[in-house]
Amino acid sequence: MDATTLLVVITTLSLLGYVLGRQRSIKVAANHGGQRKLHSLPKYYGYMVSLWTGLPALVLLVFWLIFEPGIINSMLLAELPAEMSALSENKLSLVMNDLQLLAESGRIKAETDPVKRSAAETLVGLENRSQLVRNILIFSVALAGTIWSLSRIRVHTRARVFVERIIRYLLILCSLVAILTTIGIVLSVLFESLRFFKSVPLTDFMFGTKWSPQTAIRADQIGSSGTFGAIPLFAGTLLISAIALIIAVPTGLMSAIYLSEYASSSFRAFAKPLLEILAGIPTVVYGFFAALTVAPFIRNLGETIGLDVASESALATGIVMGIMIIPFVSSLSDDVISAVPKAMRDAAYGMGATQSETIRQVLIPAALPGIVGGILLAASRAIGETMIVVMAAGLAANLTANPLQAVTTVTVQIVTLLTGDQEFDSPKTLAAFALGLMLFITTLVLNVIALHIVRKYREQYE
Amino acid sequence: MKSESEHQQQTQADTSHQSENKAADIQQEVGATIGQPFVKQPKMQARHVDVFYGEKQAIYDVSLDLGKNEVVALIGPSGCGKSTFLRCMNRMNDTIPICRVSGMITLDDEDIYAEDMDPVLLRARVGMVFQKPNPFPKSIYDNVAYGARLHGLAFNKAELDEIVITSLQKAGLFDEVRDRLHEPGTGLSGGQQQRLCIARTIAVSPEVILMDEPASALDPIATAIIEELIDELRQNYTIAIVTHSMQQAARVSQRTAYFHLGKLVEIGATNQIFTNPLHELTENYITGRFG
Repeated sequence: MDATTLLVVITTLSLLGYVLGRQRSIKVAANHGGQRKLHSLPKYYGYMVSLWTGLPALVLLVFWLIFEPGIINSMLLAELPAEMSALSENKLSLVMNDLQLLAESGRIKAETDPVKRSAAETLVGLENRSQLVRNILIFSVALAGTIWSLSRIRVHTRARVFVERIIRYLLILCSLVAILTTIGIVLSVLFESLRFFKSVPLTDFMFGTKWSPQTAIRADQIGSSGTFGAIPLFAGTLLISAIALIIAVPTGLMSAIYLSEYASSSFRAFAKPLLEILAGIPTVVYGFFAALTVAPFIRNLGETIGLDVASESALATGIVMGIMIIPFVSSLSDDVISAVPKAMRDAAYGMGATQSETIRQVLIPAALPGIVGGILLAASRAIGETMIVVMAAGLAANLTANPLQAVTTVTVQIVTLLTGDQEFDSPKTLAAFALGLMLFITTLVLNVIALHIVRKYREQYE
Repeated sequence: MKSESEHQQQTQADTSHQSENKAADIQQEVGATIGQPFVKQPKMQARHVDVFYGEKQAIYDVSLDLGKNEVVALIGPSGCGKSTFLRCMNRMNDTIPICRVSGMITLDDEDIYAEDMDPVLLRARVGMVFQKPNPFPKSIYDNVAYGARLHGLAFNKAELDEIVITSLQKAGLFDEVRDRLHEPGTGLSGGQQQRLCIARTIAVSPEVILMDEPASALDPIATAIIEELIDELRQNYTIAIVTHSMQQAARVSQRTAYFHLGKLVEIGATNQIFTNPLHELTENYITGRFG
């Protein structure tokens, strides 16, 4: 019986436990004068028995599956002849893999090396024994859970409280998954970055103005020493994001004002989803649009008025990215403007304010926290955006504030550093983690500022 | 807007007999209303006002006057249309798209629903105080200065200061807030906030003040202060107040109008309404038999 079958058995037992628990509670209640005397509804007793049957068995199974390979390995190691167990760590793990494969292939008899054959046989024996013990143990745990919880059913057993507590733990567990994953990501990026900073000093990375990540693969290679100054990358990111925000903030805000204050409800019902579709367009499609349509158009436009425009100009990329983030600004702003209490509008209209005065002097200030939140969300989206810039922005790390030149961004560099055949311990690839960390810190700081602003204004406005 | 064009016709039809014999008009216009809807020195006049929300009619043929320097209380059970009627008097109902008003309402004999009447200017002349105190999320000073700035009433800082301080004094709030004029108005207590809203309204020097249950969200002490204030404000303004408290109506108003299901049932001198109501519905309401 493998783990999947075992899982099916546990599930069946739990379902059975539900039926038994429910029936038992009804019977107990009948002996004490009807269902009204029961602390919880019968189904909760069913759930309780079901949980007692399934949960401990499941937990045991999970632990078994996690620790089983390690324990079997060490048991096998003790059985191995001295010449094998004395091998170096790397070689030993190779041998172990070999044995594992041999045991799984079912062709032990065909193996010529007697040492290996006997070791593989030992392994198979150990695994079989482990599985048998596991199955018996888990089955009896499940059964014991059923019987014990069935025997505990009285009229005053607080089955509902128990079930609800388990559900609460489940909810906590689910929220922990997201948090722990975030922590895991941060830690893994952090440790790789620390490795990077061992070979490249932090100050060089933070304050260097030259980015040229080519490191020498062979000792005799010339001209690829590698300099890792991240300033041009962040400058490029900021330039493109700034252009994007310059496009997105006024457009988004004004369309939000139009939609929430002036548009008829039928137009709003039609236009708002349409605007939100912009956010649903895959960024790779925006990338095409930027690289094939907008960038050449801007270059040609620049030529006609005598300007030298790069075909991967920051301007073109920024404009398209701006269009992409318009819905972030407009949709959120629209929501918060609509959410300003009617009393505020009444107050302004009652004083003789016109519609535009009301919007400028009352609605926008009152909705400001939400609007700022939307803008900062859009900003972190722009900074972290990858696909558009990979397709439309340049690769050369120019340190410039001229939007007509090509610049590169942090995300583009991370992509180029990690794609293709690379050793995973050279400064070149590790630099990607350092960049990722910096990017993460930047957006984190941005979010903290956003939260701070939102909170500050909320206190003031409520 | 549809209501405007309809209204235009109504206006033209009405103007001829409006200017002629008033006494005769009164007889003709009273309709179902008992009492004295009209006064000798009217500030605002409403004639045959019907209000519709979409298909539903909320006000049926209401005619009444608001006299100069008097407080008129509008009472009646919930949903009887008294707030709706109040909101017609400064065209606040314009902000509700499905709302349609017909009939005529005048301010100093000027039709407020006429084509050339700007609702923005009208609302500067007919101010409004709402049920729930709704100060802007700005400082106390800026709240009061808001209307003055909006309508360009002050030419320099000193004049603005003057307007703010007198308004706060008239609203009886100045002594309580003189040290914190630049703190947010939302930080005040409910009663103070409502007086701030009144100060904000009188800062634009309106001629009429409409109050929609101004004290219903306040405790008895704050209510008493507001009532005193209303009585003082009568010296300079015409006031219409919607209230659910009959004691309040009796205390602050000179005339009382009783609304029932969108109709103006009875209107008359406050002490007459409360001591000797003419209509059975009015009597039932003020004696607490329903409402």
